[in-house]
Amino acid sequence: MRLAEAWRVALDALRANRLRSLLTMLGVVIGVAAVVALVGIGTGTKQQIEQQVEGLGSNLLLVVPGRLQAGAAPTSSPLTMDDVDAISRVVGDRSRVAVTINSGETVRAGSRSGFASMQGVLETTPTVFVRRLDRGAYLTRTDVSTGRRVAVLGAGVAGDLFGDVDPIGRQITIGGVRFRVIGTFERLGQSLGVDRDGEVHVPVTAAQRLLGTERIDGLAIRAPDRERIDDLSAAVVATLTDRHPDTDFSAVTQEQILGVLGDILGVLTGVLAAIAGISLLVGGVGVSNIMLVSVRERTKEIGLRKAVGARPRDIGVQFLLEAVLLTTTGGVLGMLLGGVTALLVDRLSPVPAALTWWSMALAFGVSAAVGIVFGVVPAQRAGRLDPVVALRTE
Amino acid sequence: MTTPAIVADDVSRTYDLDGVSVAALRGVSLTVEAGDYVAIVGTSGSGKSTLMHLLGGLDRPTGGTLLIGGRDVAKLTPDELAELRNTTIGFVFQSFHLLARTTAQDNVGLPLVYRGAGRRERRDRATAMLERVGLAHRITHRPNQMSGGEQQRVAIARALVTGPSVLLADEPTGNLDSATGQSVLALLESLNAEGVAVVLVTHDREVAARARRQIVMKDGLISAAG
Ligand SMILES: Nc1ncnc2c1ncn2[C@@H]1O[C@H](COP(=O)(O)OP(=O)(O)OP(=O)(O)O)[C@@H](O)[C@H]1O
Ligand SMILES: [Mg+2]
Repeated sequence: MRLAEAWRVALDALRANRLRSLLTMLGVVIGVAAVVALVGIGTGTKQQIEQQVEGLGSNLLLVVPGRLQAGAAPTSSPLTMDDVDAISRVVGDRSRVAVTINSGETVRAGSRSGFASMQGVLETTPTVFVRRLDRGAYLTRTDVSTGRRVAVLGAGVAGDLFGDVDPIGRQITIGGVRFRVIGTFERLGQSLGVDRDGEVHVPVTAAQRLLGTERIDGLAIRAPDRERIDDLSAAVVATLTDRHPDTDFSAVTQEQILGVLGDILGVLTGVLAAIAGISLLVGGVGVSNIMLVSVRERTKEIGLRKAVGARPRDIGVQFLLEAVLLTTTGGVLGMLLGGVTALLVDRLSPVPAALTWWSMALAFGVSAAVGIVFGVVPAQRAGRLDPVVALRTE
Repeated sequence: MTTPAIVADDVSRTYDLDGVSVAALRGVSLTVEAGDYVAIVGTSGSGKSTLMHLLGGLDRPTGGTLLIGGRDVAKLTPDELAELRNTTIGFVFQSFHLLARTTAQDNVGLPLVYRGAGRRERRDRATAMLERVGLAHRITHRPNQMSGGEQQRVAIARALVTGPSVLLADEPTGNLDSATGQSVLALLESLNAEGVAVVLVTHDREVAARARRQIVMKDGLISAAG
């Protein structure tokens, strides 16, 4: 039998039971749609996070006290500005070193108030990280060395406190202390689940005075090139360990962060896909079931076909194609449904989603495979039917 | 001398029903010559259909030897047997066994599907065969749009479309009224006149009498042959 003819027969058989075929397909449609949509969401999230981590700037080395491992207790930081000076000497360029001390504070301007993440920083922050200003200017070295009470507002904070009014030159209070606004950041949106537009940058010295502390929470260093990151990392950690023998220090690069996040998200996407895959499996069982019913219903037809010369293989192929046609049609519909769902999620919700050709190809391949796997048993059963018995069936 | 179309030598067929063996045929010897015209008669349950299924390669004997077109059925693979059914034998059933929702033309062309013929060729040959059985005006009709006699003619056209040397008909007129039955019979006889061997099972003595020879079956054996 020619394959084209076998396809035609399979199509005819499915058309003869339109509603049943559609309902059977539905299981596969939903399964494939779930796989495509969930993998799309997983991939989209991963891409977004990677972009954001990359958006921090390249060749970045983050240094924090304590060990970076799950379950490690947070260490209180022993770092001070003296350490920063020491690290700057190791790096050989102060403009490549950024620091931060964080504190959540209430900010006020006139009658308006809000909650912001105050970050005590050096004037180097915009060059170490990639951070663009919308208006005004960033902190200067003098601001930092004199502990001047000036602030650069994140777009969210600026909006909350001033609305459409230009905030440059205006007064705000942070934790009850007066600061003057000298600049605002471009809007950034969420990053790693943190609202980065809610930051307020002030000189690290001013922040330390406000909080009544000498400490700084962490350091970031921008290496001159990728090759030197590892050496630099080792030198920095050695210097800090030398100065604070009781504390562990960890230095991580962007690649390491990306690697860890990528692994976590990869596992998450895999788990989502596997859960969706289960529904595909259930759809496959439905296909198998219906094919068995179809074989039984068409026993006489099978007997007749055999009587006029069909080989067992011809009959088997016919039923297998029917199952594959059922699942691949379901697969294509599921791909469309899943794709549209992913796009809608991406558009209408904060959850990002990205369609990848491989997830589509995989879904289609899997649906074809489901057809073959779940069609084989009914097809074999049909192929093996004894023509005499089949013809006698009423 | 031409080889006989079918040679059955001491052929038996035993069914195994839950450990109990039922002997439907208990040693039948029969030769169908090329161009022969044989009628098989006998009481219900005597084994006529069982014999026809064996002669047509739809089933295999459990004992004895059976040669169809000179080939020993016991030595054929399932695929070879299928090919034999496709090329050498034409089978006509009492209940027609046409595919529903399928036109007369495509029903007739069905055996050609299994020899890899294209759609065009199948339709051409099916149309010619339908004209041959007097159904030129029913080419695109479906079985439920045709009378019993017309359906049986379609079935005969289907049996003939591959140009078989033997036509096996198991009570082909059993579901038809006598006038319609007569015309179907006349069709079979005209085919026989063209050289196709015809083996026919019937309960009708008159029908049987028209054959070149008659075989009477009883309890799985040939009780009389002429
Ligand atoms: N698949 C089967 N399993 C068991 N026994 C069977 C089977 N097919 C036929 N038989 C038995 O074989 C015997 C012969 O049956 P067969 O159908 O050949 O008779 P028949 O002569 O064609 O009868 P009828 O004139 O009623 O068509 C019967 O006793 C029947 O019960
Ligand atoms: Mg019978």
